[in-house]
Amino acid sequence: MSQYYIYQDQNRCIGCRACELHCKTENDVPVGASYCKIIPVGPSTTGPVPRIQFVFMPCFHCEEPWCANACPTGAMAKREQDGIVAVDPATCIGCKACITACPWGAVQWNAETGRVFKCDYCKDRIDQGLEPACVTGCTTAALKWASPSVSSNAKRERAARKIAHGKTT
Amino acid sequence: MSETQKQIVYSVCAMCTVRCPIEIEVENGEVKHIWGNPHLLGGRYLCPRGAAGKVFQNDAERVQSPMIREGDRGEGKWKSATWDEALDYVADRLKAVIAEHGPESVVLGDRGGGFTDMQKAFIQALGSPNYFNHHGACSNSVHNAHNAIAGHRRNTVAYDYANCKYTILYGRNILESIGTSEAKGFIDALENGMRFIHVDVRWNYTAAKAHKFLLIRPGTDYAVNLALINTIIEEKLYDVEFVERWVSGMEELKRFIVPYTPQWAEKETGIAAKEIRAIAHELAEARPSVVFNQGWMTAWTAQDYYFRRSIYILTALMGAYEAPGGLLFSKGEAAAGFKPVRTLKKYVPAVKKERFDGVGSTFKHLSADYGLAQMLPHAILNDDPYPVRAFICYRFDPLSSFPDPEAYKEGLSKLDLLVAIDVNYSHTAWFADVILPECTYLERTDPVLVKKGPKPALWMRRQAVEPRYDSKPKWWIFKQLAERLGIGQYFPYDTIEELIDWQLQDTGIKRSDFDKKGFVALGGKKILWDRANGLKFNTPSGKIEFVSSLLEDNGIASFPPYESPQRPPEGQYRLLTGKIAVHTQGTSLNNRYLNEICSENTLWMNRGEAGKLGIQSGDTVEVSANGVTQTVTASVTDYMHPEAVFTLHGFGREVPLQSRAFKKGMRDNTLMKGLLEVAVGGNCPITDCFVTVRKIS
Repeated sequence: MSQYYIYQDQNRCIGCRACELHCKTENDVPVGASYCKIIPVGPSTTGPVPRIQFVFMPCFHCEEPWCANACPTGAMAKREQDGIVAVDPATCIGCKACITACPWGAVQWNAETGRVFKCDYCKDRIDQGLEPACVTGCTTAALKWASPSVSSNAKRERAARKIAHGKTT
Repeated sequence: MSETQKQIVYSVCAMCTVRCPIEIEVENGEVKHIWGNPHLLGGRYLCPRGAAGKVFQNDAERVQSPMIREGDRGEGKWKSATWDEALDYVADRLKAVIAEHGPESVVLGDRGGGFTDMQKAFIQALGSPNYFNHHGACSNSVHNAHNAIAGHRRNTVAYDYANCKYTILYGRNILESIGTSEAKGFIDALENGMRFIHVDVRWNYTAAKAHKFLLIRPGTDYAVNLALINTIIEEKLYDVEFVERWVSGMEELKRFIVPYTPQWAEKETGIAAKEIRAIAHELAEARPSVVFNQGWMTAWTAQDYYFRRSIYILTALMGAYEAPGGLLFSKGEAAAGFKPVRTLKKYVPAVKKERFDGVGSTFKHLSADYGLAQMLPHAILNDDPYPVRAFICYRFDPLSSFPDPEAYKEGLSKLDLLVAIDVNYSHTAWFADVILPECTYLERTDPVLVKKGPKPALWMRRQAVEPRYDSKPKWWIFKQLAERLGIGQYFPYDTIEELIDWQLQDTGIKRSDFDKKGFVALGGKKILWDRANGLKFNTPSGKIEFVSSLLEDNGIASFPPYESPQRPPEGQYRLLTGKIAVHTQGTSLNNRYLNEICSENTLWMNRGEAGKLGIQSGDTVEVSANGVTQTVTASVTDYMHPEAVFTLHGFGREVPLQSRAFKKGMRDNTLMKGLLEVAVGGNCPITDCFVTVRKIS
């Protein structure tokens, strides 16, 4: 069962890409591949000040992972204990079926090894009781490591406060 | 399998000049990860450049050994040398220059900041008064403005965003040109309800979070402040008690401000008069918990100095000095009840000679702490006021940061010796006679850093891993040079540990006290001075001098009439530059990971103006001024003032050994011909550069 979720607080995110850099240095990801990415979308002008969304795109670790279902060797698989989807480089044959299957573009090609690799929520850190590098190093604490249900509750509470205070931004 | 050796080292980042506290994870003698120091930041938050320090340390495109020039200056023909060879070479030439022209013919420039004591001590021990730093291209005007008006600098005060209710940022892109603690603190403040106004010539990520974004005509920020002051005085919105106690020159201000109404400012700036009036009232409601951000890189126009003065005038009118949520004074060792950390400079005899740059003679109101780097080519070429023949350039790159590198090079090329001490191939290092490669901040320990602030502390940059390549720490390089030049006695140490113990000797603090958390708090409590009687303004009167004695005594008006910045001639645009979160101008462009995210700058243009020239986003354009042309990709936007174009500073690197950054994007400062000038604030008027733009494909 997928236990984890990275909640991104748009009000706190400044689009600085520290998440990407902490991910890359932690996992020694070669140039050309990124386990996570910030995609700026905007600016858009619905009010007097143009706003922008910085959409955080790690792997979402689907409950029904398209990548794992497409994998012919079982290299891509969901960890039973917590639902982290990770690839075993020893079993991967570099067929790229997972890249084709993933609707989010999360699976990355490692040009140095001819295998795929991807965000595994820094599972070695998770196993030590730590949080993923992107969350830990985030400049403004915009990323939060939480369970999906806790995150949606937090978001709902914040939205409620905004409604109560009549604030729209 | 052998066990992994893990270690945590607390240190201080050097990827930019903010110097954030860091926690370095070391595994088997290699840097595994760099985080923010949680004991100081409350978490392991660290900006992208800080995180990228690891690949910087690993980079084979750093300077790998001492280099002595073989070809012409800047030609790129080098001989790799031993340290003894290179140090002897430098020392011999310095001795020859000193013998022929006197010690003042040697000058030393650096990047400024918290680690300057050793450089200052070195040049002073040689007998030269000529220390200067990078601030002529950066923050001279704001430092010198605060100095004249309040006897402070920009960085002897700190923003109390945690308690702030209302902030105005003038072109200060606080969420893209970032320091970790400041950016996080600013976001925390927004979450706590702080409101902020962003005044800028273009929309950016900071503007995106603002409560109000005011697109202003370039260079007219001063006019907004004058209209705010006008409204605040006219409607008596100021803190009468604070002003009566701490301000002199209020009557002169009242007389001066009369013509500068919001209606006047609307015509000048493009910002509606009623908006300016509304802001004045919002400020008055929030005072004294208001911040007028002083600015960071403030080398803007010729009149920037007066704009910065107006920021301090507003701060005083709102009574925001030493108020919760306002501008808090930084305190040092003494204020916390400690004996000071020893500095090397204090034990070196003072040098009472005229400076090369006119500070203290031609420019009596400007501070020698920063000097005027823009005067160096003039001094060299004209022997004015005397011959300058050797330049020691430490972690500083005037050929990248100052306008008109060709003019700068013309001066440097007449030197007998140009030595660059740097971790990088800077443009200046590439033009030098000798490069002495410093090891990176991850590979060296530096002297103790006194971190002044409302809660003063001592920090330490500590070596985490062995130096890669044949690079050496600063303390060793300067000690070696000092020994060779007969001034070794002013560097009383053989190891950095001995130096640190000597520095800490009087404080009662030990080197090992830094082990656990990487810093030592001095007292640990926030120190606030009494707003009724305890504020320390280091002016002759002890007050905030709206009419500044430092200016008036030197024949400079405190309140000259407002001068409207020039509108660009038909078909031209004011060239403005700035930063983003993933780069420290030119110094980080070759970093493998940072370069991957951003390898080129683009030219931001207003959509209407671009339309007139047939330019669309993605087009290649030529940007030209004064016979210089740069080529770059256009970025057309709705959110840019039509009088200006914008690009990120520092791109277009011309050092071939930096393969990832080489010739990527445009090199902005080459277009700024003739701007190696000294404006009234000691800054170069960097934004007084007008360019034409032409589509080429």
